[in-house]
Amino acid sequence: MAEPTDTSPVALRTSPLAHLADRMRTAAVTGARGVTLAERPFLTMVNLRLDPASEAADRVAKTLGAPLPRECGHTTASGPHTAVWLGPDEWLVLSEPPIDTAELRQALAGDPGSVVDVSANRTTLELSGPAARQVLEKGCRLDLHPRAFGPGRALSTTVGPVPALLWQLDDAPTYRLLPRSSFADYLARWLIDAMSEYRGPEVP
Amino acid sequence: MLLITCPWCGPRDEAEYHYGGQAHVPYPERPADLDDEQWAAYVFYRDNPKGPFAERWMHSTGCRRWFNVLRDTVSYEVLASYRLDAPRPELPQAGGNR
Ligand SMILES: [Zn+2]
Repeated sequence: MAEPTDTSPVALRTSPLAHLADRMRTAAVTGARGVTLAERPFLTMVNLRLDPASEAADRVAKTLGAPLPRECGHTTASGPHTAVWLGPDEWLVLSEPPIDTAELRQALAGDPGSVVDVSANRTTLELSGPAARQVLEKGCRLDLHPRAFGPGRALSTTVGPVPALLWQLDDAPTYRLLPRSSFADYLARWLIDAMSEYRGPEVP
Repeated sequence: MLLITCPWCGPRDEAEYHYGGQAHVPYPERPADLDDEQWAAYVFYRDNPKGPFAERWMHSTGCRRWFNVLRDTVSYEVLASYRLDAPRPELPQAGGNR
């Protein structure tokens, strides 16, 4: 066997759903009841805990370029970063490019709180298409109707039996689901199964 | 299925929560001074009322915060939910003159 030429950690890493990439691709449904599923691996995720009323919160917000969301379900975006509300003193900062946690830790400046890179804790599934909401509604107890949920909203909940962060990106609708890495296989298979119905004609 | 209102997240399905037993059970101030019987009373003995009961719940798949719920153990009706730093809310008494 040939030796791998690039042995850097980035080249050698395998995403939690790499083995299901083909299965997710072939599960795609097109048309008016279309829905697609794909993994968006290796997003940077930083867990942030601090007192939202503290000066440290202001400094961290300045570093991120956006205030931290103060209400359940809200997100704030700035450039490539999106900050998601996880709890009254806890946020998850998501980003496509890496985040400099040292810079955030500097903004905390020793005040009570924590900045932890948790990128490997979860992976990201992207579910998109006209039937995406119906697929989720088979196993998510939240009200996902546009009157209650929409682009830029994110909530921790359960999809099927799997706890996941559910984040809506746009009106397609496109959702991102962030389960723990070890639950990702089950959730992806659950979604593939839930999607299969939309391949056929609608049952009146 | 119960619909429980998390003080932080709003109404969510019971399946998102974990139960934590009776609320407002303070840890003994000087545990070392307790004899076995008093310690057993603290660890094992809980109220079992018929009617409103203050109990702890944790929003485990949501915001992961502990909070308290006032629940009627007869009807299972969730009468109130409140943060840990809030006192047990007074219930309006039917026919009362408070
Ligand atoms: Zn909650």
